[in-house]
Amino acid sequence: MSTETTKKDFLFDVQKIKSDFPILQRKINGHRLVYLDSGASTQKPIEVIDAHTDYFKKINSNIHRGLHTLAEDATNAYEKTRSHIAKFIGGTKTSEIIFTAGTTESINLVAYTWGETNIAEGDEIVITDMEHHANLVPWVMLAKRKNAIIKRIPITDEGRLDLSDIQNIITEKTKLVSLTHMSNVLGTVNPIKEIVQIAHQKGAVVLADGAQSVPHMPVDVVDLDVDFYAFSAHKMLGPTGVGVLYGKEDILDKMPPFNMGGEMISEVSFERITWAELPHKFEAGTPNIAGVVTFDTALTYLENIGMENIHAYETKLTAYAIKKLIQIDGLKIQGPYNTINRGGAVSFTDKNLHPHDISTFLDSKGIAIRAGHHCAQTLMKRMRTIATARASLYIYNDEADIDALHDELFAMRRYFGHE
Amino acid sequence: MSENLDDMYREIILDHYKAPRGKKPLEEKDITSDGHNPSCGDELKMELKVDKKNNIADVHVNCKGCAISVASGSMLAEYIKGKSLKEVKLISEEIKKMLKGEESKITEDIGDLDSLKGVRQFPVRIKCALLAWMTLIEGVNKFENGTKPDSFTVSTEDDK
Ligand SMILES: Cc1ncc(COP(=O)(O)O)c(C=O)c1O
Repeated sequence: MSTETTKKDFLFDVQKIKSDFPILQRKINGHRLVYLDSGASTQKPIEVIDAHTDYFKKINSNIHRGLHTLAEDATNAYEKTRSHIAKFIGGTKTSEIIFTAGTTESINLVAYTWGETNIAEGDEIVITDMEHHANLVPWVMLAKRKNAIIKRIPITDEGRLDLSDIQNIITEKTKLVSLTHMSNVLGTVNPIKEIVQIAHQKGAVVLADGAQSVPHMPVDVVDLDVDFYAFSAHKMLGPTGVGVLYGKEDILDKMPPFNMGGEMISEVSFERITWAELPHKFEAGTPNIAGVVTFDTALTYLENIGMENIHAYETKLTAYAIKKLIQIDGLKIQGPYNTINRGGAVSFTDKNLHPHDISTFLDSKGIAIRAGHHCAQTLMKRMRTIATARASLYIYNDEADIDALHDELFAMRRYFGHE
Repeated sequence: MSENLDDMYREIILDHYKAPRGKKPLEEKDITSDGHNPSCGDELKMELKVDKKNNIADVHVNCKGCAISVASGSMLAEYIKGKSLKEVKLISEEIKKMLKGEESKITEDIGDLDSLKGVRQFPVRIKCALLAWMTLIEGVNKFENGTKPDSFTVSTEDDK
């Protein structure tokens, strides 16, 4: 596919892409699988599945130790992914890319190292009213340990950040602003760059949770000027158990290590231990080598389509999904209707039906969605609901998938007697 | 998950869901008990009137939740009226066993309650069916221990 034409026309051969994902051939309860839960975890193309097998067939070994060919090959493959990520998110230094187990661990790493050493009594940590528990619980617990204060940027009824009072929320006392780049529930994409500017003026450090953004649009962390950025491989065609923490070198340099053990040290004696150079200081022990190596193939797959194209395609499909869903009586979209600065996580509630009944019904028709509080109980409270159903889109979804969702939601209301 | 949706959403279940029994709040009550299922957010309020012979004279169940938890609460309201506290506790334990797929000693005809068996094929939904019964057990226990109404709350997470 030529990038020139795809850029111009958003040409996107979804049928070809669908055929790259073996799991989409699976029948669920006798129906074609319509996978609309990519916000939780995406499916994997055959290239990624093969890369995982190939790793074990051809180069499996431990990294950064041993002087044999396999150890060298494994180390090179592992470090190749690191360079690839550095390029993928805007051209950072490789020393600024730390491998973790996922977004959750990336954020915890910051909370337990940077947080422990930089947050003191009375300091303020600013989060928002739309955070995933992964970007909420670590900060609430840190604030408890330090007697620090948690402040929240509120959201509007539409589901966007309400920045009207931002100058009073982010103050000279604010040490950290930690917020999601895209909400996993509302789909809202937040103005990170603008918030970074305000935070930096007040001397605060910014962490952005990119779990839902990096998979779906071009992200340039250098341009955003964020201090930390976290995301997970499994939400972008890669394997589970691999995540990334980007951090600015000068900040990472001053942070104490997280886990202690092999590979994160330079010299060890009982009197004195010195830490390894970045990024190895933060990568103690044997990491998920197979996962990291495989992640490289997922990044290439995404690049071949083009992140701009993916973003444009998903925006169009999201608009279509919203248009179809609001045709159903009793259904309400929870999140912005306007697709400007909005991704393809489409949450909805039914005025009569609980999300769990919706999910069970749809599953019986082969449609996979997520139902529940989406690890965002404080957001649910703000939205005055206990749970939502969520359809989340990716590159292998098309209008036929949305039509299937629409038609079965319609049938569902009849089944439960709410016509 | 099961292929057959109708195994869980049996006609009897849908009937209870669409028109839950015990909807009317009680004027006089001896037991109030609140149940909560944190993983789904289901909330259930129960009121019971107990007569002098320790039989359930009247029941009110108000469940904000999914079809299974609402239907289970409705069946409970229908079934326990007129039963003694002892019987009520016994059947609750047996329903718990039935839902968890353990051997239960139920021999008599339990009527509509039997249809809850279908939920077993949907493991993640068992908690929904349990909510009303756990709320009932909690309420009766507290009553027997002499705790005043209005102070009982139970969570399905308490029974792992
Ligand atoms: C916005 C957001 N942050 C954090 C996470 C946690 O990611 P992980 O479970 O991969 O650590 C998720 C995933 O559900 C998410 O959607």
